[in-house]
Amino acid sequence: MTMADRDPALRAEALESLLREKGLLDPAAVDGIIRLYEQDIGPMNGAKVVARAWVDPDYRRRLLADGTRAIAELGFGGPQGEHIVAVENTSDVHNVVVCTLCSCYPWPVLGLPPSWYKDPAYRSRVVREPRAVLAEMGLVLDDTVEIRVWDSSAEVRYLVLPERPGGTEGLGEDALAALVTRDAMIGVARARAPAP
Amino acid sequence: MTAPTLDTTGPAAPPRKNGELVFEAPWESRIFGVTMALYGAGHFAWEDFRARLIAEIAERERRDVPWSYYACWAAALERLLAAKNLCPTPELDQRERELAHRPPGHDH
Repeated sequence: MTMADRDPALRAEALESLLREKGLLDPAAVDGIIRLYEQDIGPMNGAKVVARAWVDPDYRRRLLADGTRAIAELGFGGPQGEHIVAVENTSDVHNVVVCTLCSCYPWPVLGLPPSWYKDPAYRSRVVREPRAVLAEMGLVLDDTVEIRVWDSSAEVRYLVLPERPGGTEGLGEDALAALVTRDAMIGVARARAPAP
Repeated sequence: MTAPTLDTTGPAAPPRKNGELVFEAPWESRIFGVTMALYGAGHFAWEDFRARLIAEIAERERRDVPWSYYACWAAALERLLAAKNLCPTPELDQRERELAHRPPGHDH
Protein backbone atom coordinates (compact mmCIF):
# COMPACT_ATOMS: atom_id res chain seq x y z
CA MET A 1 0.00 0.00 0.00
CA THR A 2 1.43 3.39 -0.89
CA MET A 3 0.74 6.61 0.91
CA ALA A 4 -1.50 7.78 -1.90
CA ASP A 5 -3.84 4.78 -1.60
CA ARG A 6 -4.36 5.24 2.08
CA ASP A 7 -7.43 6.53 3.73
CA PRO A 8 -5.85 9.37 5.70
CA ALA A 9 -8.62 9.33 8.30
CA LEU A 10 -8.00 5.65 9.03
CA ARG A 11 -4.26 6.18 9.22
CA ALA A 12 -4.71 9.11 11.60
CA GLU A 13 -7.07 7.10 13.75
CA ALA A 14 -4.60 4.21 13.86
CA LEU A 15 -1.81 6.56 14.90
CA GLU A 16 -3.85 8.17 17.64
CA SER A 17 -5.10 4.84 18.97
CA LEU A 18 -1.59 3.39 19.08
CA LEU A 19 -0.11 6.43 20.79
CA ARG A 20 -2.89 6.40 23.34
CA GLU A 21 -2.27 2.73 24.05
CA LYS A 22 1.41 3.44 24.54
CA GLY A 23 0.53 6.10 27.08
CA LEU A 24 2.08 8.85 24.98
CA LEU A 25 -1.14 10.69 24.37
CA ASP A 26 -4.00 12.00 26.46
CA PRO A 27 -7.13 12.14 24.27
CA ALA A 28 -8.62 14.92 26.38
CA ALA A 29 -5.50 17.00 25.77
CA VAL A 30 -5.95 16.53 22.03
CA ASP A 31 -9.56 17.70 22.23
CA GLY A 32 -8.51 20.73 24.25
CA ILE A 33 -5.76 21.66 21.82
CA ILE A 34 -8.04 21.44 18.81
CA ARG A 35 -10.56 23.65 20.55
CA LEU A 36 -7.85 26.11 21.53
CA TYR A 37 -6.44 26.45 18.04
CA GLU A 38 -9.78 26.55 16.28
CA GLN A 39 -11.30 29.10 18.58
CA ASP A 40 -8.59 31.12 20.23
CA ILE A 41 -5.46 31.20 18.18
CA GLY A 42 -6.94 32.42 14.96
CA PRO A 43 -7.13 36.16 14.60
CA MET A 44 -3.52 36.69 13.72
CA ASN A 45 -4.18 39.58 11.42
CA GLY A 46 -5.41 41.74 14.25
CA ALA A 47 -2.57 40.53 16.45
CA LYS A 48 -0.05 41.73 13.87
CA VAL A 49 -1.74 45.11 13.78
CA VAL A 50 -1.55 45.37 17.56
CA ALA A 51 2.07 44.25 17.70
CA ARG A 52 3.04 46.81 15.07
CA ALA A 53 1.26 49.53 17.03
CA TRP A 54 3.16 48.51 20.16
CA VAL A 55 6.58 48.80 18.56
CA ASP A 56 6.00 51.68 16.17
CA PRO A 57 4.59 54.90 17.69
CA ASP A 58 3.98 56.43 14.27
CA TYR A 59 1.98 53.41 13.20
CA ARG A 60 0.05 53.55 16.47
CA ARG A 61 -0.89 57.18 15.76
CA ARG A 62 -2.00 56.29 12.24
CA LEU A 63 -4.01 53.33 13.53
CA LEU A 64 -5.87 55.43 16.07
CA ALA A 65 -6.46 58.20 13.53
CA ASP A 66 -7.71 55.97 10.70
CA GLY A 67 -8.00 52.30 11.58
CA THR A 68 -9.06 51.05 8.18
CA ARG A 69 -6.20 52.74 6.38
CA ALA A 70 -3.55 51.67 8.90
CA ILE A 71 -4.82 48.10 8.82
CA ALA A 72 -4.73 48.16 5.02
CA GLU A 73 -1.04 49.10 5.25
CA LEU A 74 -0.46 45.57 6.55
CA GLY A 75 -2.49 44.12 3.71
CA PHE A 76 -5.72 43.43 5.57
CA GLY A 77 -9.10 44.58 4.40
CA GLY A 78 -12.23 43.42 2.69
CA PRO A 79 -15.80 42.59 3.65
CA GLN A 80 -16.86 43.83 7.08
CA GLY A 81 -13.70 45.87 7.36
CA GLU A 82 -14.65 48.99 5.46
CA HIS A 83 -14.60 51.23 8.50
CA ILE A 84 -12.60 49.95 11.45
CA VAL A 85 -11.98 52.18 14.42
CA ALA A 86 -9.18 51.23 16.80
CA VAL A 87 -9.69 52.16 20.45
CA GLU A 88 -6.78 52.18 22.84
CA ASN A 89 -6.69 50.73 26.33
CA THR A 90 -4.68 52.62 28.92
CA SER A 91 -4.20 52.29 32.65
CA ASP A 92 -7.26 54.52 33.10
CA VAL A 93 -9.57 53.45 30.28
CA HIS A 94 -10.68 50.02 29.20
CA ASN A 95 -12.56 49.49 25.95
CA VAL A 96 -14.86 46.60 25.15
CA VAL A 97 -16.73 45.90 21.93
CA VAL A 98 -20.21 44.53 21.40
CA CYS A 99 -22.80 44.49 18.70
CA THR A 100 -26.11 44.93 20.43
CA LEU A 101 -28.12 44.49 17.26
CA CYS A 102 -26.56 41.41 15.76
CA SER A 103 -22.98 40.31 15.51
CA CYS A 104 -21.12 42.95 13.53
CA TYR A 105 -17.45 42.19 13.86
CA PRO A 106 -14.22 43.27 12.13
CA TRP A 107 -13.69 40.11 10.07
CA PRO A 108 -10.49 41.15 8.29
CA VAL A 109 -8.62 41.48 11.57
CA LEU A 110 -10.38 39.10 13.93
CA GLY A 111 -11.76 36.30 11.79
CA LEU A 112 -15.22 35.03 12.63
CA PRO A 113 -16.81 36.02 15.93
CA PRO A 114 -16.86 33.56 18.82
CA SER A 115 -20.22 32.10 19.76
CA TRP A 116 -20.56 34.11 22.98
CA TYR A 117 -20.21 37.35 21.01
CA LYS A 118 -23.47 36.47 19.28
CA ASP A 119 -25.15 35.46 22.50
CA PRO A 120 -28.11 37.67 23.50
CA ALA A 121 -26.91 37.68 27.11
CA TYR A 122 -23.51 39.17 26.24
CA ARG A 123 -24.99 41.64 23.78
CA SER A 124 -27.50 43.08 26.21
CA ARG A 125 -25.67 42.78 29.51
CA VAL A 126 -22.25 44.14 28.57
CA VAL A 127 -23.86 47.51 27.87
CA ARG A 128 -25.77 47.64 31.16
CA GLU A 129 -23.20 46.14 33.49
CA PRO A 130 -19.86 45.85 31.69
CA ARG A 131 -17.79 45.58 34.87
CA ALA A 132 -19.77 42.59 36.08
CA VAL A 133 -19.78 40.88 32.69
CA LEU A 134 -16.02 41.35 32.28
CA ALA A 135 -15.41 40.02 35.78
CA GLU A 136 -17.50 36.95 34.95
CA MET A 137 -15.32 36.46 31.88
CA GLY A 138 -12.22 36.60 34.05
CA LEU A 139 -11.24 40.23 33.62
CA VAL A 140 -11.47 42.05 36.92
CA LEU A 141 -10.90 45.78 36.51
CA ASP A 142 -10.15 48.21 39.25
CA ASP A 143 -13.07 50.49 40.11
CA THR A 144 -10.98 53.48 39.08
CA VAL A 145 -10.75 52.23 35.49
CA GLU A 146 -13.32 53.78 33.20
CA ILE A 147 -15.01 51.22 30.93
CA ARG A 148 -16.11 52.33 27.47
CA VAL A 149 -18.48 50.04 25.62
CA TRP A 150 -18.44 50.38 21.83
CA ASP A 151 -21.50 49.24 19.97
CA SER A 152 -20.60 48.04 16.49
CA SER A 153 -22.84 48.84 13.60
CA ALA A 154 -23.10 48.15 9.93
CA GLU A 155 -20.94 51.24 9.34
CA VAL A 156 -18.34 50.99 12.09
CA ARG A 157 -16.42 48.05 13.51
CA TYR A 158 -14.13 48.39 16.49
CA LEU A 159 -10.78 46.87 17.31
CA VAL A 160 -9.40 47.19 20.82
CA LEU A 161 -5.71 48.03 21.06
CA PRO A 162 -4.80 46.29 24.32
CA GLU A 163 -2.11 47.52 26.68
CA ARG A 164 1.31 46.11 25.99
CA PRO A 165 2.13 43.65 28.79
CA GLY A 166 5.06 44.43 31.05
CA GLY A 167 8.31 42.55 30.60
CA THR A 168 8.06 42.59 26.80
CA GLU A 169 10.63 45.28 26.09
CA GLY A 170 13.02 42.92 24.34
CA LEU A 171 10.43 41.11 22.21
CA GLY A 172 10.10 41.47 18.45
CA GLU A 173 6.84 41.91 16.57
CA ASP A 174 6.21 38.21 15.96
CA ALA A 175 6.71 37.34 19.61
CA LEU A 176 4.50 40.25 20.64
CA ALA A 177 1.75 39.25 18.21
CA ALA A 178 1.66 35.82 19.85
CA LEU A 179 0.58 37.51 23.09
CA VAL A 180 -2.42 39.20 21.49
CA THR A 181 -5.55 37.09 21.71
CA ARG A 182 -8.86 37.53 19.99
CA ASP A 183 -10.48 38.21 23.35
CA ALA A 184 -7.97 40.95 24.10
CA MET A 185 -8.91 42.67 20.83
CA ILE A 186 -12.61 42.47 21.70
CA GLY A 187 -11.75 43.86 25.11
CA VAL A 188 -12.85 41.00 27.33
CA ALA A 189 -9.31 40.04 28.30
CA ARG A 190 -5.82 41.48 28.60
CA ALA A 191 -3.00 40.58 26.28
CA ARG A 192 -1.09 37.56 27.57
CA ALA A 193 1.95 37.97 29.75
CA PRO A 194 5.14 36.70 28.13
CA ALA A 195 6.38 33.26 29.14
CA PRO A 196 8.92 33.62 31.94
CA MET B 1 1.95 23.71 27.40
CA THR B 2 4.04 26.19 25.50
CA ALA B 3 2.57 26.56 22.06
CA PRO B 4 5.10 26.45 19.26
CA THR B 5 5.09 29.37 16.90
CA LEU B 6 3.34 28.02 13.85
CA ASP B 7 4.62 29.41 10.59
CA THR B 8 2.23 31.93 9.09
CA THR B 9 3.93 32.23 5.74
CA GLY B 10 6.03 29.89 3.62
CA PRO B 11 5.49 26.22 2.79
CA ALA B 12 5.19 25.05 6.40
CA ALA B 13 2.36 27.43 7.27
CA PRO B 14 -1.00 25.72 7.96
CA PRO B 15 -3.99 26.78 5.84
CA ARG B 16 -5.90 29.65 7.35
CA LYS B 17 -8.94 31.66 6.53
CA ASN B 18 -9.33 35.06 8.07
CA GLY B 19 -6.56 34.15 10.48
CA GLU B 20 -8.33 31.03 11.72
CA LEU B 21 -6.82 27.63 11.14
CA VAL B 22 -8.88 25.73 8.61
CA PHE B 23 -9.40 21.98 8.65
CA GLU B 24 -11.14 20.38 5.72
CA ALA B 25 -11.85 17.07 7.41
CA PRO B 26 -12.06 15.90 11.03
CA TRP B 27 -8.92 13.77 10.70
CA GLU B 28 -6.94 16.88 9.84
CA SER B 29 -7.81 18.52 13.13
CA ARG B 30 -7.12 15.23 14.98
CA ILE B 31 -3.65 14.86 13.51
CA PHE B 32 -2.97 18.51 14.26
CA GLY B 33 -4.11 18.07 17.87
CA VAL B 34 -2.13 14.84 18.28
CA THR B 35 1.00 16.59 17.02
CA MET B 36 0.60 19.52 19.37
CA ALA B 37 -0.13 17.25 22.34
CA LEU B 38 2.98 15.15 21.69
CA TYR B 39 5.04 18.28 21.24
CA GLY B 40 3.55 19.78 24.41
CA ALA B 41 4.52 16.63 26.32
CA GLY B 42 8.09 17.09 25.13
CA HIS B 43 8.32 14.12 22.77
CA PHE B 44 10.08 16.06 20.05
CA ALA B 45 11.55 19.44 19.21
CA TRP B 46 9.36 21.62 17.04
CA GLU B 47 12.15 22.31 14.59
CA ASP B 48 12.55 18.56 13.93
CA PHE B 49 8.91 18.31 12.99
CA ARG B 50 8.93 21.49 10.97
CA ALA B 51 11.95 20.40 8.94
CA ARG B 52 10.23 17.11 8.07
CA LEU B 53 7.02 18.90 7.15
CA ILE B 54 8.87 21.23 4.80
CA ALA B 55 10.64 18.23 3.27
CA GLU B 56 7.36 16.35 2.70
CA ILE B 57 5.80 19.36 1.00
CA ALA B 58 8.89 19.96 -1.14
CA GLU B 59 8.97 16.31 -2.16
CA ARG B 60 5.38 16.36 -3.38
CA GLU B 61 5.83 19.65 -5.15
CA ARG B 62 8.93 18.30 -6.85
CA ARG B 63 7.01 15.27 -8.10
CA ASP B 64 4.21 17.58 -9.16
CA VAL B 65 1.52 15.33 -7.72
CA PRO B 66 -1.68 16.52 -6.07
CA TRP B 67 -1.14 16.87 -2.35
CA SER B 68 -2.82 18.28 0.68
CA TYR B 69 -1.16 20.18 3.45
CA TYR B 70 -2.35 17.87 6.21
CA ALA B 71 -1.40 14.74 4.25
CA CYS B 72 2.14 16.13 4.32
CA TRP B 73 1.74 16.98 7.98
CA ALA B 74 0.58 13.43 8.79
CA ALA B 75 3.44 11.89 6.83
CA ALA B 76 5.96 14.14 8.57
CA LEU B 77 4.62 13.19 11.99
CA GLU B 78 4.53 9.51 11.16
CA ARG B 79 8.14 9.50 9.99
CA LEU B 80 9.31 11.55 12.94
CA LEU B 81 7.65 9.18 15.43
CA ALA B 82 9.04 6.16 13.60
CA ALA B 83 12.53 7.66 13.63
CA LYS B 84 12.26 8.23 17.37
CA ASN B 85 10.89 4.71 17.79
CA LEU B 86 7.83 6.12 19.51
CA CYS B 87 5.52 4.60 16.94
CA PRO B 88 7.24 2.08 14.66
CA THR B 89 5.74 1.82 11.17
CA PRO B 90 4.99 -1.94 11.30
CA GLU B 91 2.92 -1.45 14.44
CA LEU B 92 1.07 1.40 12.81
CA ASP B 93 0.41 -0.66 9.67
CA GLN B 94 -0.91 -3.47 11.85
CA ARG B 95 -3.22 -1.14 13.76
CA GLU B 96 -4.48 0.37 10.54
CA ARG B 97 -5.32 -3.10 9.19
CA GLU B 98 -7.19 -3.96 12.39
CA LEU B 99 -9.23 -0.79 12.19
CA ALA B 100 -9.95 -1.36 8.50
CA HIS B 101 -11.43 -4.75 9.33
CA ARG B 102 -13.83 -3.57 11.96
CA PRO B 103 -17.38 -4.69 11.26
CA PRO B 104 -19.55 -2.05 9.62
CA GLY B 105 -21.32 0.23 12.03
CA HIS B 106 -18.49 0.13 14.56
CA ASP B 107 -18.83 3.81 15.22
CA HIS B 108 -22.52 3.75 16.06
